Amino acid sequence: MPWLPPNVSAHGGEIDGIFYVILWITVIIFLLVEGGLLWFIFRYRHKEGRKAEHTHGNWKVEVVWTAIPFIIVVVLGAMSWGPWSAARNPARAPSDAVELAVHASQFEWQVTYPGPDGELDTGDDFEQRNQLHIPVDRPIRIHLSSEDVIHSFFLPHFRVKQDVVPGMEGQSLWFEATEPGEYVLACAELCGTGHTRMMGSVTVYPAGEFEAWQARNAASN
Amino acid sequence: MATTVEHTPGQAHAEHHEPSFWRKYIFSTDHKIIGIQFLFMSLLFLLLGGLLALVIRWQLGWPSDPSMPMPGGSALPESMVNSGIILPEFYNSAVTMHGTIMIFFAIMPLLVGVFANYLIPLQIGAPDMAFPRLNMASFWTAFPAGLIMVAGFFVAGGHSAAGWTQYPPLSANPEYTGVYMGQTLWLVSMIILGFSSLMGAVNYITTVINMRAPGMTWFRMPLSVWALFITAILILLAVPVLTGALILLLFDSSLGTSFFLPEAGGEPLLWQHLFWFFGHPEVYILILPAMGFVSEIIASGSRKPIFGYPAMVLAIIAIAFLGWGVWGHHMFQSGMAFTLGAGFMATTMVIAVPSAIKTFNWMATMWRGDLHFHVPMMHAVAFVGMFVIGGLSGVFVASTAVDIFLHDTYFVVAHIHYVLFGGSLFAIFGAIIYWYPKMFGRLMSPTLGKIHFWLTLLFFNLTFFPMHFLGVNGMMRRIYDPTQYEFLQPLQGWNTFITISAILLVIAQLIFAFNFIWSLFRGEPAGPNPWRANSLEWTAPSPPPHGNFDATPVVYRGPYEYSSPLSDEDYLPQSVPPVDEAPGGPPAPDDPETGDGESSEPASRQEG
Amino acid sequence: MDRMTVPAGMDQAEVGIGVPNMKLGMWVFLLSEVMFFTALIGSYILLRSARPEAFAEPGEVLNVPLTAFNTFVLICSSVSMVKAFAAIEHGDQQGLKRWLLVTVGLGAFFLGVQGYEYFELASHGFVPVAEAYHAAGEPLYGATFYTLTGFHGAHVTLGVLAMIWITIRAFRGRYTQGSHAGVETMGLYWHFVDLVWIILFTIVYLI
Repeated sequence: MPWLPPNVSAHGGEIDGIFYVILWITVIIFLLVEGGLLWFIFRYRHKEGRKAEHTHGNWKVEVVWTAIPFIIVVVLGAMSWGPWSAARNPARAPSDAVELAVHASQFEWQVTYPGPDGELDTGDDFEQRNQLHIPVDRPIRIHLSSEDVIHSFFLPHFRVKQDVVPGMEGQSLWFEATEPGEYVLACAELCGTGHTRMMGSVTVYPAGEFEAWQARNAASN
Repeated sequence: MATTVEHTPGQAHAEHHEPSFWRKYIFSTDHKIIGIQFLFMSLLFLLLGGLLALVIRWQLGWPSDPSMPMPGGSALPESMVNSGIILPEFYNSAVTMHGTIMIFFAIMPLLVGVFANYLIPLQIGAPDMAFPRLNMASFWTAFPAGLIMVAGFFVAGGHSAAGWTQYPPLSANPEYTGVYMGQTLWLVSMIILGFSSLMGAVNYITTVINMRAPGMTWFRMPLSVWALFITAILILLAVPVLTGALILLLFDSSLGTSFFLPEAGGEPLLWQHLFWFFGHPEVYILILPAMGFVSEIIASGSRKPIFGYPAMVLAIIAIAFLGWGVWGHHMFQSGMAFTLGAGFMATTMVIAVPSAIKTFNWMATMWRGDLHFHVPMMHAVAFVGMFVIGGLSGVFVASTAVDIFLHDTYFVVAHIHYVLFGGSLFAIFGAIIYWYPKMFGRLMSPTLGKIHFWLTLLFFNLTFFPMHFLGVNGMMRRIYDPTQYEFLQPLQGWNTFITISAILLVIAQLIFAFNFIWSLFRGEPAGPNPWRANSLEWTAPSPPPHGNFDATPVVYRGPYEYSSPLSDEDYLPQSVPPVDEAPGGPPAPDDPETGDGESSEPASRQEG
Repeated sequence: MDRMTVPAGMDQAEVGIGVPNMKLGMWVFLLSEVMFFTALIGSYILLRSARPEAFAEPGEVLNVPLTAFNTFVLICSSVSMVKAFAAIEHGDQQGLKRWLLVTVGLGAFFLGVQGYEYFELASHGFVPVAEAYHAAGEPLYGATFYTLTGFHGAHVTLGVLAMIWITIRAFRGRYTQGSHAGVETMGLYWHFVDLVWIILFTIVYLI
């Protein structure tokens, strides 16, 4: 059975954990409810001489089956708060991150890398189209902007998704890769005829190799 | 719009001279004819929406595969399908129009246009709507809106391709999609349709408040009327917000303003807030009436009073209230403030509770019942089973954290189809079959109905359940060719499987279409009350005459007195007087089968 | 069948809320109008708070004294509408006709002033689109201004047309002391349109 793509981000494990908690809770509820439904269908099907019980309800059981879902959803909501805040609260953005800028347009991702000085918006910046290169085990912060329409920056293996809204200042996201390798960058928001081919590659370098790649490209720029 | 609130004095009087064909069937002011007009129109749109779904599925099943040319593709212009290959422009239009047509021209008019019109006056014991001419105008506004929407397929540049949610700037500047005329027609059609919905809503609300028969107190109203009444309030308050947003978008896309275009100071997210402020109440507009119909059918099919009638009413009202505070959960990944996202998560989680209450109450209604599995009952029970899946999958995406991954994937597609197809559409099929004998005087064939039901249930699940897996794997919505992504290539077998299931699902609907048409002429004559149900429409002849009731009915009890100890029969219609007030004779004058057996006690009201 | 007839003294009104359908329908309709204007006004507030620099200071572009006068005219028309209703409540058909004519006149005058205002503004480069815009602020300012005031103006126009129809009916003697729901319903709409204008005048012209 196809399933969640392997997670290669530091925060993704927690998101997947909540996914599995919800999965277990919903599977249990699913089995109880559908099982009960099937049992009633079988048990109370019409037979000669059966007469339905005449009852209009029972406030006690109503309170019980109002309270149980309420408690479950409150718990699930509370569980989601932590990773949500970690992923989105601007105050929790890492300060020591590798900073990149991604500019989305129909239908490509333009990635701007800092040169050896490690700072964006300086003379040694260089750009790569549809290629995101990042180091492993270091926080990455990506500043997002859009040229034209709304795109959505989606890294399925990193559990990262963020709409990129044209005209919105200061959009950014952050994450940390845990496994070197080749991954994919996709657009998750319909952005026009070429939406399906708005695809990029993500290369995660083992420790040390990112800096070498960075120096090589900055020099050839 | 002051002129729309025209008053027809003395709506009740039945005309004794035979009106002309045009006045009787085309420009009729009879709520039943108008409901049936909506029925035929929206079933045709349902078919069109289904065919568009097959276009989408064909491309996803065999993406741009020359060995699998789209059937019938050669009949379409080369700007849509070239050498059997569906072009991405047409694919995006099909995605947009499948959503638009299904939501606004099929499900919504089926639930509201058909059944609010047909059922409200009959179930509250009124001769017609409060404003019959306004009602006629409502249909004759919706119909041209539909024609304009269809016309969009035939203009140069193709139909709107910005998705049914029409997020600007993609929708606001035609250069981004290359769609000019189609986009304008989409917007104009939707604005016109908004007027139609508004006229309907004013009518339904006024009718329910003011035209109930003597004794039809609020808490003796069938749940279908409650659901339609609350739905009408949602339409009344939500649709004008959409209309306002559509007008601004129309100005942007055709006049050159920039409300939603950032380069000249506009705000793209403003559209999303306006759209979803309408759009989430819209989701409940699309499910509440279905819940009402299912309540009717399950009570009558179980021969048992609905369990917890007051809780059911309160749950409908709670959903309608809370539904205004959850729109942001469609925008968790939109870039809005993260604290706002957390707030919307809280309200969204809470709104799951009333839906859970309703599910448990339906099951408790079946508990210790005497279940008659006629075809409408099968659909109603399937509704409960499928709605549970749609509700539970909603919990995943309600969690902001999990939604980071699942947002805009096929998981959401699966979720909405379990709610709108597994939920609403199963209820609609059940409701059509249940009230068909009242509309046309004949029953639909139960044999064909059962074949259609089982095939639909099977292929529905084979089509949409695997979409959960696609979403969990990260497959994005609205992409033209998933095989371009290496990580999605292993899923292609599932995509093909889903497409084949979807084709069979659509073919199974032809059985329903055949049954519907065949039964108009050959169906078994139904009599006034084929389901032995309690609500007022079943005391009128089938089909009811103009003016509905020979005399204004008087209501003595709630609509769910099934298997009452006060009656020897397992049902007790709302208008049968308690025995001590009435002279002898059969309780329901139109139903010769019902004998005596009323008690001397006034029938109990809803307890609790 | 006779058992299903209405018991003596029971009729529809006992279950309804004792308000004529037409009047109730107008109240319901006005609720949706509230939502329509809320959407437009909310959009205006949101756009303006996001980009204050796109909007000029009050009075810089718009002619506030002229519109203040026009606001006064519209309020007067509400008063004359009340007078018309009060007249027919007392069975005074002459008074009804007189005050309806005054109301139609004031409404039409309001529209005339608005048309003049639009003409003046447009000729000074205050237009809703970027082309030819050369007033203070940005085209977004013009777009929101014309959208808000334009939709209100459309409502006044429909109101004046409906009022003319009501006036014609009044001259034909269709309204009496006992039956004048049409006048009352018209009045509800007219007061609503007036109220919307007072809000629009405040947030578009004064703030």
